[in-house]
Amino acid sequence: MQVVRLIIVAVGGQGNLLAAKVLGEAALFAGVPVHMSEIHGMAQRGGVVESAIIFGNAASSIISDGEADILVGFEPAETLRALNRAHADTWVITSTSPLPPFTAALGKGVYPKIEDMLALMTKKTKKVIAFDALELARQANNPLAVNMVLVGALAATGKLPFGPEAVKKAIETTTKEKFVPANLKAFELGFGAAS
Amino acid sequence: MHKLLEDAPGKTLLLLGNEAIARGAIEAGVACAATYPGTPSSEISLNLFQISRETDLYFEYSTNEKVALEVAAAAANCGVRTLCIMKHVGVNVAADALMTLAYVGVKGGLVIVSADDPFMFSSQNEQDNRYYGKMSGLCVLEPSTLQEAKEMTAFAFELSENLGQPVILRTTTRINHSTAAITLGPVSPRRAGGGFEKNPFMLVTVPAVSRKLHTRLLERIEKAGDLAEQSPYNFVQGKGPLGIVVNGVSFNYAADAVNDLKLGGRVSILRLGFANPAPKNLIASFLADKEKVLVAEEGEPFMEEMVKVAAQENGLTLPIAGKGKELFSREGEFDPALVRRVIARYFSVLYQEPEKLDLADLPPIPARPPNLCAGCPHRASFAIIKKAAKNSEVMFPTDIGCYTLGLLPPLNAADFLICMGSSSGTAGGFARFSGKKVISFIGDSTFFHSGIPGLVNAIYNNHDFTLVILDNGTTAMTGHQPHPGVDMEALGFGGYNRIDIEKVIRGLGVENIAVIEPLKVKKSIAAVEELLEKPGVKVVLSKELCPLYARSLGKVSKRVFAVSDKCKNHRVCVDELGCPAMYIQDGRVQINPGQCTGCAVCAQICPENAILPAK
Repeated sequence: MQVVRLIIVAVGGQGNLLAAKVLGEAALFAGVPVHMSEIHGMAQRGGVVESAIIFGNAASSIISDGEADILVGFEPAETLRALNRAHADTWVITSTSPLPPFTAALGKGVYPKIEDMLALMTKKTKKVIAFDALELARQANNPLAVNMVLVGALAATGKLPFGPEAVKKAIETTTKEKFVPANLKAFELGFGAAS
Repeated sequence: MHKLLEDAPGKTLLLLGNEAIARGAIEAGVACAATYPGTPSSEISLNLFQISRETDLYFEYSTNEKVALEVAAAAANCGVRTLCIMKHVGVNVAADALMTLAYVGVKGGLVIVSADDPFMFSSQNEQDNRYYGKMSGLCVLEPSTLQEAKEMTAFAFELSENLGQPVILRTTTRINHSTAAITLGPVSPRRAGGGFEKNPFMLVTVPAVSRKLHTRLLERIEKAGDLAEQSPYNFVQGKGPLGIVVNGVSFNYAADAVNDLKLGGRVSILRLGFANPAPKNLIASFLADKEKVLVAEEGEPFMEEMVKVAAQENGLTLPIAGKGKELFSREGEFDPALVRRVIARYFSVLYQEPEKLDLADLPPIPARPPNLCAGCPHRASFAIIKKAAKNSEVMFPTDIGCYTLGLLPPLNAADFLICMGSSSGTAGGFARFSGKKVISFIGDSTFFHSGIPGLVNAIYNNHDFTLVILDNGTTAMTGHQPHPGVDMEALGFGGYNRIDIEKVIRGLGVENIAVIEPLKVKKSIAAVEELLEKPGVKVVLSKELCPLYARSLGKVSKRVFAVSDKCKNHRVCVDELGCPAMYIQDGRVQINPGQCTGCAVCAQICPENAILPAK
């Protein structure tokens, strides 16, 4: 089985770890070997949370710089910051909805323009799928479901070694019961946005 | 039922490394667990704490790691299978107990988890605790995969009972915080032991006893070495004239590199999972037919030294290398590409590194450093202390907790930190020699952990400083674990007592104390100003719950604040507090109502009183 290396970057509180868990459970359902690791020491304090997921027959559970085949970013500046993890054939999926760091919000440092960031990603990688995931999460009646919107978009790329059904099943079994309908709706909206 | 209790051998679950270790202990029939929380070990304890609520497993959050190991040592000397969990620097705190417990030994299996943190994702140093195994004479086991982490934990209990010694299970962050599919084994009944049998001339370490025990320890190390020679956790993978010796996660990176570099048939890997004592014969026989050997290990050259000793003792002169220029560093953690590159270089394999993206034209992206949360009472305490001390030249020793983030601007309230509890100890030395007024910060959990002896010392030796105890009612940074000052009944847990920090300070004889509520800013400043004039040891006890913890207890303020049109844009709020709920839009300060917790600290420092409850 071909090894697929996926990195997800997000700001603490955006649900990165749950997204990774859903993808891990989906791999388990599909019988695909999976190794994941996460760095989340300061997640509750506004820092960056990164998950690495490796599907297929590799032993390592982390991904070196320049070796992620797919980069999913929940926040555009964090996607851009993580571009050193990508290579020329990487597919990038990013939300365009900004969450400026408090340093920039307080006028210390300039938050780059969204269109400039997207242009740079497009120039350097194979394909960029960019849309406002927060808006789609709101349409799904759960603004916290940005993570499920982006998981939907990821499932639509066909780059995962399993189909969307395994992911939906994982959403049903892994996320809190009362959020499952909104999460599945968010998944569908993200899937549609990337199809 | 807790998911780690399910007795379903053969079932596969997606588990975090720390959950796999907890499950391994459950499968081995662990009946007692003691810990002090610390990243990256904390989830092992959290799961066992939860399990203890629904089974007869005894679990405790101990005051510090030394006490945890002492409780564990006693349990294990009553024949109870016991797990003692700590981060790598926690073993330093427990080291006094550890070194002599190695002499005394155990009856029931005792496994000590040392969770090391190469690269210091959340630690103050990256010490390599394999050396504790060497120094104490205890066995060290090191898993490479999460499945192995579970199985080694269970095996460690057997090994401990076989040798009559505690066993160290050494992990790194990439084991603790990785996730993989884990196949469960059967759950054993809890091994609760048979009580304590007196044997003082083997258990009370006066010199005459310890001399006997040291002799016995050395015999046990011999026996452990024989077990290491035979252990299935030490194995050779692949064949070839080139050798790589690996441990822990470096095994995975080396195995992937051998595939990626197409070195199958040329390279043979020796994986040492039973890493101390050294399996010298196994290493020597591995070296015997090799042309050249590379040792791939994060941290210190622990195995490298072991391998070089084995070569020397067997008259082997092949090149052996590990740490060094162009090879592996003693700093940080490894990654697959690094290991691939060093293997290719050392064995002169033709290898074209994948091309990196040229990112020179990326614009500067504003940093996203961690920050104290919106509404964090520590931010208020820092502001109060700095305002009260504004007329003096002050230095701030600090301690380990969320409040270490007081280091960052605009708070700038941290000047010295070495370890847990060092705020109260170093403050005495700085008070004598810094030439500055000394105000030291410590959290409530850290105060109980190791801050009290420093305070006692300061009172006894009549040092002149102010200790600010930031009491937010929980061990916030590691995930809101309880500590001796926590109201356990508010959490719904009976059977605990609560220690009142104020009574402790008064009981020690501190006379100059200001107990403040930091969200009442002006009143607090006045109280601290008055206190700072006094000589000798002063204590500020700043009491306010962590807002994240308060939320988990259902205590949430519905009130939020907003900047009114009275604002004259002095920006004192932004410049002094750096609260993440604030932002600037069109040149004006605004407050994000989704983040504001209603602490009102900004409203109280605004010179125009322009920040008001939102309508």
